[in-house]
This record gives sequence, C-alpha cells and structure tokens, in this order.
Amino acid sequence: MRAEGVVAEARTGNLETKFRVPPPPRAACPPAQSTLDPPSLAHEWTMSGSSSVAAMKKVVQQLRLEAGLNRVKVSQAAADLKQFCLQNAQHDPLLTGVSSSTNPFRPQKVCSFL
Amino acid sequence: MATDGLHESETLAALRSEAEGLKGKLEEERAKLHDVELHQVAERVEALGQFVMKTRRTLKGHGNKVLCMDWCRDKRRIVSSSQDGKVIVWDSFTTNKEHAVTMPCTWVMACAYAPSGCAIACGGLDNKCSVYPLTFDKNENMAAKKRSVAMHTNYLSACSFTNSDMQILTASGDGTCALWDVESGQLLQSFHGHGADVLCLDLAPSETGNTFVSGGCDKKAMVWDMRSGQCVQAFETHESDINSVRYYPSGDAFASGSDDATCRLYDLRADREVAIYSKESIIFGASSVDFSLSGRLLFAGYNDYTINVWDVLKGARASILFGHENRVSTLRVSPDGTAFCSGSWDHTLRVWA
Repeated sequence: MRAEGVVAEARTGNLETKFRVPPPPRAACPPAQSTLDPPSLAHEWTMSGSSSVAAMKKVVQQLRLEAGLNRVKVSQAAADLKQFCLQNAQHDPLLTGVSSSTNPFRPQKVCSFL
Repeated sequence: MATDGLHESETLAALRSEAEGLKGKLEEERAKLHDVELHQVAERVEALGQFVMKTRRTLKGHGNKVLCMDWCRDKRRIVSSSQDGKVIVWDSFTTNKEHAVTMPCTWVMACAYAPSGCAIACGGLDNKCSVYPLTFDKNENMAAKKRSVAMHTNYLSACSFTNSDMQILTASGDGTCALWDVESGQLLQSFHGHGADVLCLDLAPSETGNTFVSGGCDKKAMVWDMRSGQCVQAFETHESDINSVRYYPSGDAFASGSDDATCRLYDLRADREVAIYSKESIIFGASSVDFSLSGRLLFAGYNDYTINVWDVLKGARASILFGHENRVSTLRVSPDGTAFCSGSWDHTLRVWA
C-alpha cells in the first residue's frame, strides 16, 4: 500500500530481530539536544480529525506527483541497461578476471633462481 | 461541532477515494509499459564464464560483529565499524590497522569514508553521526577531534558523505533521512515518508544529479530529490525489510537486498521492478548488495553466511562464495572495481578478487 502512515504501525520492533539487542530505554541514551523535530509521521499516526485530513491531502499530492511521471517502456529501459553493461564490460576487472600483474590483491608471481 | 465533523469526514472520504483512484491509475500506467522482461532482452547476451573469486585478504582485529564498512577513494583503505564500539581504518593491501577509535556507544551500525580520505563518519545507537578527522600524528588522540554532526531521535542506520567532505546524508531508525552541513552541524534538508525505520541509503552517481535512494522496514524503496526534500518515486514490491540499496553504475536503476531473501532491480525510467534475483534454496535475508563496475554482476551478502554473485541481465546466479563463519552484514565493491570487501558477524572482513 502506498498510503503514508495514516494507520499506526509498530516502529523499531525490527531492531530487536535484526540485531538481537533490545533498543535502549530512553533514559540510557546520551541526552541529545535534537535539532531535528520528531518526524511529522508521528502526527499522521494519531487519529485526530484535522491531522488525518492533512495527512490524506499529502498522500493524494504525492500520488498525483507520481502519476504525472514520464515513463519509458521496459523494453527500452532494459535495452539501455544491457547496452551499458556490454559497453563497460572490458573495463570491469571483477567480470573479466584481471591478471595478477594488474590486480593489487591477487598474489604476485614469484621469480625463482634456477 | 457536529457539522464540522461531518464536513471533515466527507473530505476525508473524498480524499481516500481520490487516493485509491490514483493508485489504480498508477498501476495501470506502469503495467502498460511492461512489455518485456529484462532477461528476455538479454537472451542473446553471452553467458558469463567461470569465476575464480577467492578471499585475498582477511582483516582481523574487531572484537565483535562487523556491522558496516566503506572504501576510501584511494582504493586501498577501508573503514569498518563493529558492535563493540570500535571503528578501524585498515590498509587492505597490507592488512595493517592505521587508525582505531572507540565510540562511546556500542552497535556502530554506520560508517563512511570522506571523499578526501582525510576523515571518517560513524554512528549507531548513540542516535548521532560523528566525524573524525584522520591524523597521522602519533601524539594526537583521534577521539579528541571528534565532531558531532547529525542528531536523530533513534539509531543511525546509514550515513554517506555527498560529493564533498562538507555534507553528510544520514538514515535513521526514526523513519527519516537527513542532509547535514558538517562544519556547522546544521540540518539542511530532511526527508519524511517512510512508515518505519530507514535501514539504508545510496547516493546517485554524480553525473545523474541530486538524488538518493533509501530503503526501510516499511518494505519501501524511495527515491528523493536532495534539494526539495520531495520523494520523486517509490517502490513497494519487497515482502520484508529492505536492508540495502545500491544504484546501478549508470544511475538509471538501483538494486535492493531484503529480508524476504530476494534482491531486486528497479529501473527508474520505467518506474518499476524489472528483475528479481532469487532461488528456492535461498531462504535467508540479503543484508547488503553492490554492483561490479559495468553493472553486469550483483554481489549480495546473506544471513546464511554466503555471498551470491548474480548475473544482473540474465537473472541467474553466477557464483556462490563461502568463507565467512557468520552472517555477512556489509559488502562494497572497491572504487576501481578490482575487488570487493565483505564484513561479517564472524568479526572479520574479507577482500575478494
């Protein structure tokens, strides 16, 4: 769904599963003079009358913007992606497998005295 | 007043139906242009040869999970950050540690090298992004010169310098991204729109202008105009958190890696997803992705300890790389494309070529 958070959603619940550590309680955070106001999303998530209308207006505005985009056919876009790959293929060391002499990470061939 | 309430609910209903209508129209427009699949267009392209990619360097020294890394523009130095609060700068050729600093917080989830190579930025559970100038003076304490630049109301998940040392872009668990002036610490622009934690961001290649893409726990990838703060395009096809986003080298597309075990390619001009990189046997989340120089290869690190190399055009897996002994958490190709580096929860970083 592309509607911006009119319905409250759980936030930071993912931090626990992603990093297996509980988010610090507010008190444990170093006191931060936040120059960034809590995001306006917080307002959108309360169901008070005028703010949901304002939130919906924003959603509609955003959708109008996106609807007005000039799009290209996938066949054209895909052809351009393919062309870029092919044009730059020879300059791609990981693709072509650059020899030891030019790749600083590959082991140098060692000279030995006969 | 009862009448005001009624008027409001009518407006809300009207707006809702307009929104639904617009969404439907958008889907129609996008579907009309979906005339072919990327892999079909790439059918005649020569298949990739066999890959010989091995670990060429192992960087050991972190005491806990490596969470993030970044290359210096000199193509040899690497900065990495860890759960134990340490941020280390390495010379990847020699594996020597050149600098180390201990952050006052643990879980340093984001770090970045400045374009000049003279500073690094990092942050995590402290909700901030701090910049440390790099000095070779043995008498100078690196931590003493620290400067706090960004302040969020939740953890810092990603940070990146823009084209200069003067500005930093940050992403946070507070659901926003922000652009900051390094010198003054001033907030230059904020980006609101994600419905949950933002986990990653990537700046468009400089030739393509002032945009960046972000991905989050709301399963959305959003493309932003840096000057206006406006979201210009949004994509929602993933089925779980988006952990990593990276622009295709031409700037016309970007790839994403997600907890839904897939990586996807979104084309910006077609305004839609054009490829999915997945296999039934891959069931663990992709934590980080990056392209090779030509964009033909997509390297993706997974939570099952492996790195999969995908043929971007054909949609098939070209190779699978083993080596890490725990989740791969971060992965970046070097600036000249000769190697890529991966960081893992096994406390090490590996450079592959």
